Amino acid sequence: MKSAGAILVLILVLIPVPWLVRSDFWLNFAVLALYYGFLGQSWNILGGYGGQFSFGHAAFFGTGAYAGAVLQLQFGVNPWLALLLAGVAGGIVGAIVGGLSFRYGLRGSYFALVTLAFAEVLRILADSLGFTGAGVGLQIPLHPSPVNFQFAGKAGFYFVILALTALGLAVAWYIGHSRFGARLMAVRDSEDAAQALGVNVFRVKLAAIILSAVLMALGGAFYLQYFLYVDPEIAYGPAVSIAALLAPIVGGLGTMFGPLVGAVALQLLNEASESAIGAAPGLNLVLYGAALVLIIAFLPEGIAGIMRLRAGIWRRRLA
Amino acid sequence: MVEAAIVVPAILNGLTTGAVYALVALGLTLIYGVLHIINFAHGALLMVALYGVYFLNATVGIDPYLALPVMIPGMFALGYLLQRYVIGRAGRGKDENVMLVTLGLAIVIENLALYLWSSDTRTIETPYSFSTVDLGVALIAVPKVIAFFGALVVTILLWALMRWTDLGKAIRALAKERRGAQLVGINVDHLYAMSFGIGIACLGAAACLLLPSYYASPHIGSAFVLIAFTIVVLGGMGSTVGALVGGLIIGVTESLGGLFMGESLGKIGVFIIFIAVLLFRPTGLFGQKA
Amino acid sequence: MILALDRVAKRFGGVRAVSEVTFSVARREIVALIGPNGAGKTTLFSLVAGSLAPDAGTIRFEDRDVTGLAPHRIAALGLVRTFQTAQPFERLTVAQNIAVGAHLHLAARGAALQRAAEIAERVGLGKWLDRPARELNVAGRKRLELARALATEPRLLLLDEVMAGLNPTEVDAIVPTIFAIRDSGITVLLTEHVMRAVMRLSDRVLVLNNGRLIAQGKPADVAADPAVVEAYLGRGATPQVAGELAHG
Repeated sequence: MKSAGAILVLILVLIPVPWLVRSDFWLNFAVLALYYGFLGQSWNILGGYGGQFSFGHAAFFGTGAYAGAVLQLQFGVNPWLALLLAGVAGGIVGAIVGGLSFRYGLRGSYFALVTLAFAEVLRILADSLGFTGAGVGLQIPLHPSPVNFQFAGKAGFYFVILALTALGLAVAWYIGHSRFGARLMAVRDSEDAAQALGVNVFRVKLAAIILSAVLMALGGAFYLQYFLYVDPEIAYGPAVSIAALLAPIVGGLGTMFGPLVGAVALQLLNEASESAIGAAPGLNLVLYGAALVLIIAFLPEGIAGIMRLRAGIWRRRLA
Repeated sequence: MVEAAIVVPAILNGLTTGAVYALVALGLTLIYGVLHIINFAHGALLMVALYGVYFLNATVGIDPYLALPVMIPGMFALGYLLQRYVIGRAGRGKDENVMLVTLGLAIVIENLALYLWSSDTRTIETPYSFSTVDLGVALIAVPKVIAFFGALVVTILLWALMRWTDLGKAIRALAKERRGAQLVGINVDHLYAMSFGIGIACLGAAACLLLPSYYASPHIGSAFVLIAFTIVVLGGMGSTVGALVGGLIIGVTESLGGLFMGESLGKIGVFIIFIAVLLFRPTGLFGQKA
Repeated sequence: MILALDRVAKRFGGVRAVSEVTFSVARREIVALIGPNGAGKTTLFSLVAGSLAPDAGTIRFEDRDVTGLAPHRIAALGLVRTFQTAQPFERLTVAQNIAVGAHLHLAARGAALQRAAEIAERVGLGKWLDRPARELNVAGRKRLELARALATEPRLLLLDEVMAGLNPTEVDAIVPTIFAIRDSGITVLLTEHVMRAVMRLSDRVLVLNNGRLIAQGKPADVAADPAVVEAYLGRGATPQVAGELAHG
């Protein structure tokens, strides 16, 4: 139960941030850090805890963003309700992708490839179909008001993303303390052994991808409200798929706080590079790519791995 | 009803594009066949090669086809170094690690290109850029015809290399049986790097053949990567013939798709094929069961 | 009869890995399946456990037809196997590993972890509960395989070369554990190459060669059977070996 306490403390500590942080710049930083952390949390469910690496998580993100946009613009649905429905839409896409991929036993690189393909198919569709605005995309009219899920300042958005982060942490906690989570991690480490112990591998993986997709779609809907615009490249392009996997890998795959730690680290790297070299197109991504390679090469367990090493050394000292 | 006069040129153009795709896929399938890694950086490296050909032309005035003797060894060296000192070291042989390392490389390369050369598309002009060959049923641009035959020639040369040279035999031995190859005294790290280098050298050749009828831009890597994967999976991982046949099929599919469904929606046919093959016949047309 | 195979057959391409295999196992028996390499023992295990489906024949478990059922369903019914090359959940602790097995019948996390602790004690892994499974040596991993399988409360346990990779001391240590498993009410079907252990443990021995069952009976009888001797040692070995066994 220690980790439940840790989550509570973290959330409580983060609540007063909008009042403590004076500059708009740093509040935006906080929103983005939590936002990328949330995307990372959702990827972490399938990739970190489940061991299935998706390179096309944008498929779920974009669906959430477009669902939110279409529901508001075409059907006049209240944006908060649209958020929930966006999650459902993401879940459905997750069920399709997972249902097909896992039913036919796709694993490892093949699974990563098929997720890439699904994201690309959706991008092409969004780019071609009228109701998604084709190449032009969709824009939400500016009507700041809490009822409208739009806020005049950033503080409102901060609290929403903080709530989503709490949700992500709750899901991670659940995975670490439930039968479902135990089975998911078992499947990650050895599908054959898990099967031999009575675990229905297909069902476990399917549940994981749906859960992951729902959260990712919520992230997409949040993006829509924060930036009020979505187009095929933003929704289904490789950038968001990469962002989603980067944070957990840097922070620590399959750990509760890994995605958050990773997101903050990457955001800091981003800001540091921008102040040092200036904001140039592509530069921050070069650093991210380099970070990915370096982490895999030297620190495969991410930042959490450093913590574990430290803890191990202490344990041996005390023993 | 669509006339043959429109469909036939589309098919022929598709074949010429497909041959170059096949050359790209050839490198990928070789890398998979020997190292068993799916090189997510393949598209980005093709992009680098295209810029290479572009700059050789823009700064030193070298004709793209004459750049072949420069590009092929140059890209080979790049591939060798990447595998020997980055991918091999960082990946440590574990499938999931290597996947992420090549993805990371792709991100670095693509965005470095964006940073250095901006997102402007670069094209070159050659004396024959706008000439066409009259085949009676269709007019095909000269660069495309050259690309088609050039790709076939390189494919045959590569096949011959793998079949008849000592290097090729060693590589094939390594692909089949790593331990055995080690026991016979083969330097595995070096040979893996050679194989990767050859795979990337194919990209050098492909770029020389492709640029005259195409363009260079930082983001085309992502587009090519997916097409290359589709071909490799369709043709069968590790199969040279598969890469060629698959490339031609995909080239034609893309062309006909573009004809009937428009430029952007047309590409969807390719990815539907990709998903279908992955799900229902992952060994592809000519591949071997794992 | 807790397990009954009737004319089970499996072929891979042109090779008949298993043909016309018929035998039964009674409750609380310890039955050993032996045979030279390539005889089809692992294939037979995979067929019984459900990872392979037979081309012909039926497999009945507790009088229920389980032929061709998915492995996880067979495990849920009480027929559980271990693997020749141990497959621990490397990133989980020993306790968490065993808990996965316990979760087959226990939904609550706390109950599963408690059951895991009890079983770990039984197989001698009590001190390793909170260590990552990847820290275990070969003998430890074998015990973990056992523990995980036991946690599922099986009624029939398939042990696939559980002694492989163990030195003689470790083999001697694991034999009483297997007896204890049987005494707790679980039937055991094991394949083995370590003959000492087979002779000590088994109530009955089945001998497989080239996919066919060539002998079954008490350990001593089977050891003296000329067909068995020749399967292992080749034609003409019988007279030589008979002499050795008479003194063994």
